[in-house]
Amino acid sequence: VSVSTSYLPPGLPRPVPEPDGLDAPYWEGTRRGELRVQRCRACRGWQWGPEWICHRCLAFDLEWVAVEPRGRIYSWERVWHPVHPALHGRGPYVVVLVELPHAGDVRMIGNLLGDPMQDVVIGAPVEAVFESHDDATQPFTLVHWRRRA
Amino acid sequence: VSVRTIRGRVAVVGVGETAYYKHGQAPESEVALALRAILRACDDAGLDPRQIDGFASYSNDRNDPSRLAAALGLPELRFSNMQWGGGGGGGSAAVGNAAAAIAAGYADCVVVFRALAQGQFQRFGTAPPAATVSGEPALTFPYGVISPAQRYAMRVTRFMHDHGIRHEAQRAIALASYHHAQANPRAVMHGRPLTPEAYDASRWIVEPFRLFDCCMENDGAAALVLVSAERARDLKQRPAYLLGVAQGSEYRNAARGHNAPTYASASFTTVAPRLYAMAGLGPKDVDVVQSYENFTGGVLMSLIEHEFFAAEEANEFLTPENLIAPKGRLPLNTSGGNLAECYMHGLELQIEAVRQLRGESPNPVPDARVAMVISGPMVTPVSSMLLGSEDAL
Repeated sequence: VSVSTSYLPPGLPRPVPEPDGLDAPYWEGTRRGELRVQRCRACRGWQWGPEWICHRCLAFDLEWVAVEPRGRIYSWERVWHPVHPALHGRGPYVVVLVELPHAGDVRMIGNLLGDPMQDVVIGAPVEAVFESHDDATQPFTLVHWRRRA
Repeated sequence: VSVRTIRGRVAVVGVGETAYYKHGQAPESEVALALRAILRACDDAGLDPRQIDGFASYSNDRNDPSRLAAALGLPELRFSNMQWGGGGGGGSAAVGNAAAAIAAGYADCVVVFRALAQGQFQRFGTAPPAATVSGEPALTFPYGVISPAQRYAMRVTRFMHDHGIRHEAQRAIALASYHHAQANPRAVMHGRPLTPEAYDASRWIVEPFRLFDCCMENDGAAALVLVSAERARDLKQRPAYLLGVAQGSEYRNAARGHNAPTYASASFTTVAPRLYAMAGLGPKDVDVVQSYENFTGGVLMSLIEHEFFAAEEANEFLTPENLIAPKGRLPLNTSGGNLAECYMHGLELQIEAVRQLRGESPNPVPDARVAMVISGPMVTPVSSMLLGSEDAL
C-alpha cells in the first residue's frame, strides 16, 4: 500500500542514509515499497536496527531481506505538544511501535494512519503504508502503519 | 576475603549550588555558574578550593576540567573524567567515577559537577535545527519522535499496560515532588503548590505524560566534593559515605529504533542488584530515595526495579501519603527534584541525599542513615548509588 499525501506536515527533518552506508539498503527498499530487515547469513538471525555485525554470532555477513510488511502494535503514544516548528498547530498525532513476529520480533516505528483520537490497542494487527516524498531534494519514503481488519 | 567494593572508602564532604533559575534566565555565563557552585561546595566542606585535583561530570558537560582548573588556579590536575552517554543517567556514575579515582590513588579531592544555562545553548526539549537526519534519528524524527518525552513515552505505556498501572501512580510522584518543594526555598516551584485537580486538568505533552509528569528545564550549577573516608573525618561536615554505586544497562539496551529486548524498563534491572550487592544492603535498609524524574513513569519503573515494591503493587504503593516525608513509607524526592526543585540534570538529587544524612534537608526524614539516588531512567547507561551516615558503616 502506498500514499502520496503526508501524515505529518512538511518541514520535519528528512531521513538520509548514514555516511558509512550502513542503512542505505533499508532506505532504498522503502523507495520500492519493500520493508527490508537485516538477516545473518551465518546464523539466520534477524536484526534491526542495522549494525555491521550480527549480535548473535558476530559474523560480518548480513543480508537485507524484504519481509512481509505486517505486524502488531507493541506500544504507542499520542503526541500533543509540538517540539518542532513544522508541527505547530498540527494537533495530536499517533506513533506506533510495531513488532514483526515473522522477522524475529524486530520492531519498527511509524505513525498510525487514521483518526488521531482513535483507540490504540496493544497487540492489534497492522500493515505498512509507504509514504513517498518524490519531490524532495533527495527523494525518500516513510513507512507508516494502519489497522488491518 | 577481599571484596571489591567502594563501600566506606570515600565520602562526600561538601555540597553547593547556585541559585536555580527558569531556563534562559541565568544572569551569567554557564562556566561562571559552574565555578560558583564549586566554590560553594568547597566552602561547605571547609576546604581550600586549591586542594581540588580532579573533576568528574556527565552528559558532555560543556565546562571542561582543564579550563576549570586554569580558572581556579589549581596547582595540579590529576583526574579528568566524563561519563559517556545517557543524559541524566550519568549522575551517580560520575560520583562513582570520582570515588574510584580517590580509592585508586589517582587523585585526592575530586569535584563532581554539572552546569546548565540552556538560554545560552540548545534546549533539551526542542528539536535541533537540522534539515536532514541519519542513523537512529532517521528512524524516529520524521515520525515526530524527537524530544525525550516522545522517545520514552512508549516504554512507559508498555510497562503500564503489562502491569495494569493507573495514571494515579504517576500523579502521586508529581504531587510528592511539588509538596516537598513548598518547604524548600531553593526550589523553582517554591510557592507554587500542585493539587490533584490541577494535575488532572493539565494538558497532555505526550500520552501517558501530562505537563506535570515532565521535568522542568532550568539554569544553574551544582557540585559535590569527595575525599577519602580518612580525610573526611577531619573536615567540617558530617561525611556522607559512599556505600555503593553501579552503572550500566541491560542486554542490547541501545539496539536502535526502540529494539531493546527489555524495552518496558527504566534500564536498572541489572544495575540495581549490583548496587545492593556492593553496598551489602537491600531495599528495606533505605530510608529515603531521590529518583531522577525525566518523567514520572520513569520513576515508577526505577522504584520497582530497585525492588521497593512489585509492579503489581504499584497502584497501591504509589500514593502521596507513602511518598511524602517525614512519615511516608518511602520518602521520595524530598527537595522537589527535577520536577519542582530544579532540573539540575539530576545532580540536585545527590546534594539532597547528602543533606538528608546530615539532617539538613528541607523535608528531613528522621534519623536517615541510608539514602539512595537513582539517575536517569530509561536512558543508557543509567546509574544509582547509596550514601550512608557514619552509623550506616
